[in-house]
Amino acid sequence: MKVSAVPYVALKALRRNRMRTLLTALGIVIGVAAVITMVGLGQGASSEVQEQVNRLGQNVVLVFPGARQLGGVSIGGGSANTLTIEDAHAIRDEIPEVVAASPEVRSQRVLVYGNQNWHTRIYGQSADYLQIRQWPIESGRMFSDEDVERASLVAVVGQTVVDELFEGSDPIGETVRVRGLPIEIIGVLSRKGMSLMGSVQDDIMIVPYTTAFQRISGRSHAMVINVQVYDEQSMAIAQEKITDLLRERHRLAPYQEDDFTVQTQEDVAEAATETSRIMTWLLASIAGVSLFVGGIGIMNVMLVSVTERTREVGLRLAVGARSPDVLLQFLIEAVVLCLLGGIGGILLGVLATEVIATYAGWPALFSTEAMVVAVGVSAAVSAAVGVFFGFYPAWKASRLDPIVALRTE
Amino acid sequence: MAIVQLKGITRVYKSGSLAVEALRGIDLQIAEGNFVSIMGASGSGKSTLMNILGCLDKPTEGSYNLGGEDVSTFDKSRLAKIRNRMLGFVFQSFHLLPRTSALENVELPLLYSDDNLSWKEIHKRAREALEIVGLGDRTDHNPNELSGGQQQRVAIARALVSNPKILLADEPTGNLDSRTTLEIVELFQKLNKGGLTIIMVTHEPDIARFSNRIITLRDGLMSSDKTIEPLNALQALENWKDEEKIQQESEVQS
Ligand SMILES: Nc1ncnc2c1ncn2[C@@H]1O[C@H](COP(=O)(O)OP(=O)(O)O)[C@@H](O)[C@H]1O
Ligand SMILES: [Mg+2]
Repeated sequence: MKVSAVPYVALKALRRNRMRTLLTALGIVIGVAAVITMVGLGQGASSEVQEQVNRLGQNVVLVFPGARQLGGVSIGGGSANTLTIEDAHAIRDEIPEVVAASPEVRSQRVLVYGNQNWHTRIYGQSADYLQIRQWPIESGRMFSDEDVERASLVAVVGQTVVDELFEGSDPIGETVRVRGLPIEIIGVLSRKGMSLMGSVQDDIMIVPYTTAFQRISGRSHAMVINVQVYDEQSMAIAQEKITDLLRERHRLAPYQEDDFTVQTQEDVAEAATETSRIMTWLLASIAGVSLFVGGIGIMNVMLVSVTERTREVGLRLAVGARSPDVLLQFLIEAVVLCLLGGIGGILLGVLATEVIATYAGWPALFSTEAMVVAVGVSAAVSAAVGVFFGFYPAWKASRLDPIVALRTE
Repeated sequence: MAIVQLKGITRVYKSGSLAVEALRGIDLQIAEGNFVSIMGASGSGKSTLMNILGCLDKPTEGSYNLGGEDVSTFDKSRLAKIRNRMLGFVFQSFHLLPRTSALENVELPLLYSDDNLSWKEIHKRAREALEIVGLGDRTDHNPNELSGGQQQRVAIARALVSNPKILLADEPTGNLDSRTTLEIVELFQKLNKGGLTIIMVTHEPDIARFSNRIITLRDGLMSSDKTIEPLNALQALENWKDEEKIQQESEVQS
């Protein structure tokens, strides 16, 4: 058979049944789009997690209240009341490797400025918290150790608060009210991110922890202690020393478990990426199932098509087509069908991913390389689905006897 | 030497314990350039014989020499090649691909040819074949836009496009009215004059008389084989037209 006639004949046949071609390809479109979207979103989620963890700062150790939880990691935590402000001071003062330690307490409150309201998170921290987080001040100043000692009613705010409450005008020196409590804005934090998620990070007000404990949250224990260690080499020893110190301070007997959890940034990152990796796989396999279902749809339609076109096959055989020619024709029809669906699915998947990512405020998910890989893999998978599910119908067609095929009605 | 030589051809259909002897020993020679009619009652084995002549089926016993080659020993692939190169088929029910232009229908056998023709050459040959059957102006029409007679002409063009030695037609006019039937037979006579060997199955004696040899089958055996002086289909068509004209005129007068 003429080589260039093989794809020609297959494309002709698909064009003769345009509607069916489109509907069948749709199964693959959805399957491939689902796979791409799920993988894309999974990647986006893990890179977002990674970024958030990086934002924690360098050489940071987090001390959570409560015992080590399942899987060895507690993210967020902070339900037990075992960490005191004095624990934080002791960690800072008694362990030489520790540079700074900030007892953290969080509350959700409404800020009132003039006739404007804004609901935000208020963090109580020590004066060196921004150093731990490596988060520079944009204008004004951070509160000082004296402010912490005196439980001053001062605060630094993130950009989102500036945008929402002050509509972008300079807030320094202005006073906002939190449940009637007047708090003076003395500094503005630099913007964390351009993304939606970044603006969530920027939706924050930081006050001295003393102010937070005594005047705002009503709590007496730290939700977490942020600890900065001198350098990376000292991380392990610092963790050990913190553990020893806190066990001693909490008067734990040797047989008793820790009533706190010491974690490094890496522990948190690992756990978080592991979780999002599992999620990615889970989502991708669900999407894979839908691709499989699309493939079965192709097989079904090809089988119907072979039955319907028995006379056509008979005629082709009569005028000189050989079994392999017929096999190849139907196989290529299935592959082209799947490739069409694959291309549609790639476009749809990338589009859906971008839309969702923009909405969720994640960074661009598909680098050019990742794009090339995604397109290549999807195309290859689609073609493989076509060959796999198209083979049986094509084989059936190629085995037809021309006389019998020509006689069927 | 004859282009077709059949010796002791039998064909037994077996289905379960039942065996049907459709052909029970056919000896037949057909010289090149003949126009042969095969007649016989329904079930006498005409189609079975045509399938064997057309290399679509193999005899149970006997030998078949086609154009100097013993094709009864050929495998499926070589038979496909013989069909493509040597034979053209015309069927009672046309067997055109739906939603496909006349030109593309005619091109079909060339796509399966081993000659590896260029697309240009393929289009050119298909157009020429359509011109021979008088449809040079209908190349872009789909089958559903053509009359029955025109569809059968497209099928004939498809049979001619690969320059076959033999045209095999199993009841080619079975689905056509008598006027169109005459036109098709006239086309066959024209092609036959150009040197093409034609074997045609028909159960109408009137049609068979336009060929120059009539073979009659009966229960899987040849019961008669007559060479005749064929009627002229062109003449018959002219007579028909005259009669129609006279009839129309008389209708107008009355
Ligand atoms: N595929 C088949 N299987 C079984 N019997 C068949 C088959 N084809 C034809 N026959 C039988 O062979 C005989 C000849 O059939 P056929 O050649 O079609 O006759 P014709 O074309 O002259 O009407 C009939 O009895 C028919 O029933
Ligand atoms: Mg018959």
